[in-house]
Amino acid sequence: MIIEQTKPVLEGPKGDASPGRTDEPIAPGAVRASDAPAATGRETFVINLGPQHPATHGVLRVKMTMDGEYVVRAEPVCGYIHRMHEKMAENRTYAQFLPNTSRIDYLSAMTYTHAFVGAVERAAKIQVPRRAEYIRVITSELNRIASHLVWWGAFLLDLGGFTPLLYAFDDREKILDLLEGITGARLTYCYYRVGGLYNDVDDAFLNGTRTFVTEMRPRLKMYRALVTENIILRKRLIGIGPISAEMCRRYGATGPVIRGSGVSYDVRRLEPYSVYPEFDFEVPTFPEGDSMARYLVRMEEMAQSLRIIEQAVDKLPAGPVMAERVPRVLKLPMGDYCYAVEAARGRFMVRVVSDNKEIPYRVKLRTPCLSNLSLFEEASQGMLLPDALALMGSLDLVIPDIDR
Amino acid sequence: MKKALLEIYTGLKSLFIGLKITLGQFFRPTVTVRYPYQTLKIPARFRGHIELVSDPATGKPKCFVCKLCERACPSDCITVDGMKPEGAKRKTVTVYRLDFTKCSLCGSCVEACRDGAIRFSREYNLAGTSKEEFIMDLFKRLESEGVQGEQAQPVTTVAEPRPPAVTGAEPPPPAQPQLVSAATAAAPQSKLIEEAATPAGKIPASTEGTLRT
Amino acid sequence: MNMRSISLFLSSEPARLVLFLLGIMAFVGLNAAYLVWVERKGAGRFQRRPGPTEVGPAGLLQPIADALKLLSKQLIVPAGVDRTLFRVAPLLMMSPALISLAVIPWGEHLAARNINLGLLMIFAFGAINTMGIMLGGWSSRNKYAIISAARVVSQSVAYEIPVLLVVITTILVTGTMNLNEIVANQAGPFWKWYLFRWDVNPLAPVTFLIFYTCMLAETNRAPFDMAEAESELVAGAYTEYSGMGFGVFFMAEYANILLGCSVATVLFLGGWQSPIGVLPGVFWFLLKLYFLVFSVIWVRWTFPRTQFYGLLNLSWKILIPVSLFTLILSSALVKL
Repeated sequence: MIIEQTKPVLEGPKGDASPGRTDEPIAPGAVRASDAPAATGRETFVINLGPQHPATHGVLRVKMTMDGEYVVRAEPVCGYIHRMHEKMAENRTYAQFLPNTSRIDYLSAMTYTHAFVGAVERAAKIQVPRRAEYIRVITSELNRIASHLVWWGAFLLDLGGFTPLLYAFDDREKILDLLEGITGARLTYCYYRVGGLYNDVDDAFLNGTRTFVTEMRPRLKMYRALVTENIILRKRLIGIGPISAEMCRRYGATGPVIRGSGVSYDVRRLEPYSVYPEFDFEVPTFPEGDSMARYLVRMEEMAQSLRIIEQAVDKLPAGPVMAERVPRVLKLPMGDYCYAVEAARGRFMVRVVSDNKEIPYRVKLRTPCLSNLSLFEEASQGMLLPDALALMGSLDLVIPDIDR
Repeated sequence: MKKALLEIYTGLKSLFIGLKITLGQFFRPTVTVRYPYQTLKIPARFRGHIELVSDPATGKPKCFVCKLCERACPSDCITVDGMKPEGAKRKTVTVYRLDFTKCSLCGSCVEACRDGAIRFSREYNLAGTSKEEFIMDLFKRLESEGVQGEQAQPVTTVAEPRPPAVTGAEPPPPAQPQLVSAATAAAPQSKLIEEAATPAGKIPASTEGTLRT
Repeated sequence: MNMRSISLFLSSEPARLVLFLLGIMAFVGLNAAYLVWVERKGAGRFQRRPGPTEVGPAGLLQPIADALKLLSKQLIVPAGVDRTLFRVAPLLMMSPALISLAVIPWGEHLAARNINLGLLMIFAFGAINTMGIMLGGWSSRNKYAIISAARVVSQSVAYEIPVLLVVITTILVTGTMNLNEIVANQAGPFWKWYLFRWDVNPLAPVTFLIFYTCMLAETNRAPFDMAEAESELVAGAYTEYSGMGFGVFFMAEYANILLGCSVATVLFLGGWQSPIGVLPGVFWFLLKLYFLVFSVIWVRWTFPRTQFYGLLNLSWKILIPVSLFTLILSSALVKL
């Protein structure tokens, strides 16, 4: 356990290489060029941000080397919630791993289950009925809206506005009630199965979803007027934390982070999966690359998700929700299969390596938040501390997603 | 200069619009459900811990210890044991141990059971003082429930949802009377709130709230 | 000692003053406690939730429960702090508010002391506030507290200037610093209030807005509450205070809000003047006062926090030029 001292930091960190650094680790006691007094010219001290946060990010520790109020270096230290999901996958059958998928990123649990189930279906060549695909899209998009509402409320809480959190959670309650009606759970759903769904939806859900869509649109307008147009928020976010598209590419950042830097990268368009090609929706992209752009991307995404849900509920075909002849004990043929989805935070990909047994040989979970976090170190250099926190909030990190 | 003045003007206007919105919210009713004086109706598909289903004909649990649930569980929380009584074709369950501290409510067991011998219960407000209270013996619970009869726990749920009956692109309108309550139940604004039967101000000492051993 | 001498004593000036001051202290104490209740209930209602409901009917005994809780905590004085300053700092924040409230005219004949330089006195004592929080942060010997205290000092200094310019404008318009006279000049229907007197100060609403903003900044209320920003690293200048020490800071904040809103009422909204001559002056004063206090709570729960440099930019780049401009404008108009 490293105990932080308040004397000037002349030596570099004690041997631990931090994620995202491109230079080689140095020997303990040697002076890292960027931390040397000549480079900064001033005394620096190290502040520990976390792992217990006042802000609701999760258990992330950020070792910040500060020069007064300015961040000289912010080194994220993750691993406080590493639960070994990938190892658990090697000891469970494909069906038994499903509850784990919900818990990797609990805010967009449906999409993560979708990725895993899609990978297994792709491997076993199981054809999912169209009704199941449509319902998967509806529930995934509802989940995306719920996740963005939590992000919005928590981000504003970081910035000091306490009220929008409660409004967001009020809307989120409606979504959770809808999903509770069909799945029985509110956060970690475990609703999709290999080949389809656990059970079918009923009229109550469909009518409720339609009502929700009509009620949510004016709420989004209200959020726009209350928060997005607010001059105080705009001063806090415009121009803060610029991330270029080139930096995103270097670190592999996806999702609203890269769409806020001008690159229209959305897995639903570029690697189409499920029945997304049948829907008419836009991928919001803003070129500025600052925190405000990422904020606007997510607000627009909520509106686009409402569009998708509306179309899906209208076009919902009848039929079964489970594929026929899905073997009870699933054995995938030998090989390497992957499936990528656009989760709320970016591109989530599952890679399943099978050696023709009931349990997979390896399940790799490529999570978006780890890549998104890795650019924090470079992007926050030279920023004021509250601005760095605003930047971290705009990256929308869910720490269990980083550590798995 | 002109841009700065315009920014001041739009900024000030945005502040006043924000104030107006929150004042509007001030005068609207609260959305909080004041638990425990008010409780919510639990949907029919709610995933509480699992419980054994008893055969209405015999009054005994349907479970015949095939152990499919035990094998399906990813968290190893189920232990079933039974014995075959004299002259019977199948085993009957004697011990059904559920370690609820490990259960993730995934539903693999309910799905695996071929005869519908287990189902999700609607218990949502469990409280206990030790870990052992959450290692439940479902068979014992079913027995004690059988002794007390049907009035042991009035299940306040929404009616069981039905899948759409008509084929075609548009879903059928809710026709059955039970579905009406379900449809209104799903209206996002109205919470299904039921007032506790006890006088306001007293927390009801309900049987739902305590764990039965 | 008979009844006559006692009544003579009680009607004498010192006794009256002491009783008045005790009354003000009681008023401030009661308000500090129950404004917390109003704030929590108000915050709840803005967020569509009930607020405190359990303790007492509608949560009315909640402040008492909180006060009992704070009183029962151990008053920790950390090792290595400057003990005198550490203990004195909360008092330094509370006293200016109490003293300044002595000159506010609560009703037609209800002012503790009718001082000719009442307005000057209020702002002179207001400067001690800054010192209180600075000493609190500095004597805590905690690097976060020092950072926060330094921020508060620069914030306070930055916002003293526009408020003093606004006050100078008001003095130019009214011609006096005596608060009783200022209120007396606003007699009549409500368009006689200085807020609506656009003949002498056409930018009166702007002046009021500037005064209001500066009042929010001086009392460290949101959106200018960088000092106590909860979602920043720690609790700021009050980190090392526990129990009733923190309680006194808290009460001092509400006392300052009361003072600021009282001054705003007196200067701009007509003090105890009633637009319809029905009820006694005190009632109207309290009505206007609590309307302003409600608006302070309303603003807090609506807006996010400004950035620190945004706060300073607002003061130096916007408020000071605008208040200088209104000063010049109203002085020109007064001259004409």
